[in-house]
Amino acid sequence: MSRYTNRTREWVGPYAHYDLVKELCIALGVMTLLAVVLTILFSSPDEKPSTIAQWSTAMPADFVTTAVSELDGTSGTAEYGPPYNHAAEGQHATFLKPQEWLGVSHPIDTASAYVYEPLQTIPGDAAVRAATATYKAAPAAKRKQWTEAYSQALEKATVGPAGTLKVAPGEYGPVPIMMNALLGLAQTGGLEGNLLRSNQFFQSDYTKPLLFMADGKLLEERAEADHLLGEQWGMMNETGSYPGQSWLWLYTFWYQIEPFKASENADILVVLLMTVLSLAFLLIPFIPGLRDIPRWIPVHRLIWREHYRSTPSPES
Amino acid sequence: MIDVISAIFDLNNPAHVVHWHFFEMSLSNVIVICLMLVVFVLAILLPFPGAARRQAARTLKGKSDSAARR
Amino acid sequence: MSVGATPPPSSGAPGAGASGAGASGAVASTSQGKRSWTVRTREAGVGALPPEKLLPDGQPTYVDSWIYVFGVATLAALMVIVGSGLILSLKGPAWWHDTGVGHFFNSIHLWAVELFFFTMVVHLWGKYWMAAWRGGRARVWMTGAIAFLIAIPAALTGYVSQQNFDAQWISTQAKDAMNSIGAGAFFNVTNFGQMYSWHILLFPIAVVGVVAAHVLLVRRHGVVPPFELAERSKPPKQGHPETDGAPS
Repeated sequence: MSRYTNRTREWVGPYAHYDLVKELCIALGVMTLLAVVLTILFSSPDEKPSTIAQWSTAMPADFVTTAVSELDGTSGTAEYGPPYNHAAEGQHATFLKPQEWLGVSHPIDTASAYVYEPLQTIPGDAAVRAATATYKAAPAAKRKQWTEAYSQALEKATVGPAGTLKVAPGEYGPVPIMMNALLGLAQTGGLEGNLLRSNQFFQSDYTKPLLFMADGKLLEERAEADHLLGEQWGMMNETGSYPGQSWLWLYTFWYQIEPFKASENADILVVLLMTVLSLAFLLIPFIPGLRDIPRWIPVHRLIWREHYRSTPSPES
Repeated sequence: MIDVISAIFDLNNPAHVVHWHFFEMSLSNVIVICLMLVVFVLAILLPFPGAARRQAARTLKGKSDSAARR
Repeated sequence: MSVGATPPPSSGAPGAGASGAGASGAVASTSQGKRSWTVRTREAGVGALPPEKLLPDGQPTYVDSWIYVFGVATLAALMVIVGSGLILSLKGPAWWHDTGVGHFFNSIHLWAVELFFFTMVVHLWGKYWMAAWRGGRARVWMTGAIAFLIAIPAALTGYVSQQNFDAQWISTQAKDAMNSIGAGAFFNVTNFGQMYSWHILLFPIAVVGVVAAHVLLVRRHGVVPPFELAERSKPPKQGHPETDGAPS
């Protein structure tokens, strides 16, 4: 081995006294103090979560439009594909289709989950039961006709007394009865727990209500006001004026430029790209060029200036 | 007592945003990143305590190396 | 008081098991003792990191810059994160919404995370410009990189466990990235119970484990010496020992 290798592997030069434990204790004290001072100065954000009750009360037309899309399978969740359903293949990158390969692991039938099952919990409402039965019994084409017509009418809906919706008369079949009942249930808060309902008493999985709300516009409107949308570089941001996740700058950067920006496969493409870059970051010691930049651009001359001043060069 | 302490500066208002071409970053994130750069430069440039101690160690090492060579 | 030349102890077990002292528990060096997994583990551990290397009271004289404190600062920030996280977990995930004290500790936890990433990035920049992987220290760099990469999803699981609007938004957005690579099939960011478990147990174990490995490797190999100035005029050759990051 060359003398350079020896000197780089194991330092045989002078040592000075250095108290590592004291240094750690000081660092701990300083970091704790900094965290406490920042807490006292700025606290932390805690914007209250949106609820389905709030959504259905503040934006009844959007709520019902979303519920109709869940009913007729045209919502974002209904058309998502794995892991929720088989409606689409999901994202892919050339031959890589992990979303499809990993399959439907969290099955959600949106019509059942968001419409039929909640309506069944409304006690003693014969009209709603009859309307639901009529809808289920109708041929697929007829159901589509009803939901499409109702969705169009909802674009011009007005909000009536007690948060009800009024739409222009039309051929909607039993859909308005179902939707008004669902709206009423949601506005009283009955839908929150309903969507969490599974075979168990205790709940900890909020997937169904979250997907439902994300299919509508409420979360998106709040996010836009807080600069959290993707096109606002929102991945880096926190609610309010708090600093966020600046370390995600490169990850969100790719979403802002082509070909990722307009791609249907943006997520898998960006994740794959970031995986490659992360591997490169991990393997810098082995990558020629990248590992030589610190030698070529001598920031180290500044860092070790005291050492270089005090130590004769190997040739002297 | 802690219950009644609220933040001295209320950051629960819409963020100021810095736009530059297609870059869009919240002002607080810009401040954090700029602070990182400033702190990095200062960390390199500011003198580190203990220079006398280190020089004494170098001198002592130099003397012991010379003695060993003789 | 300055320390002159205190070269790090050479590798090699300090004679563990060599004497027959029963009081210390060390058994005589029989062939059975040599086959003992316990003896081998002890000799390997003590050989790699004898006490004077694990906790040296001196550092090379080239440790002469404030940039060197950002490693320990990152470690300290991590300790504040774990400490404040411990307190938060004592009272459960809803506590910080309900009381001022809870909110106080949540704020410390959040700012400690910001400080952690801040100091880690400055530390990383410093180590890059020092080419701190030289001299067989590639694993030091790599464990540091892994710590950074694992800290990011650790933070993500925290953000989606907040049970507020931020958690609602982040989880419904992040699910698309997870689902696109198939991870959503077993890592469901909208499943609070799962995310909270990963955040308070699995990821802390991973982060602390990798950071521990990183710190022990630094102690093992020592802080990287400066570039040799006289060598700077020579272009680095392929497989050049100084740039060769192969582990020793």
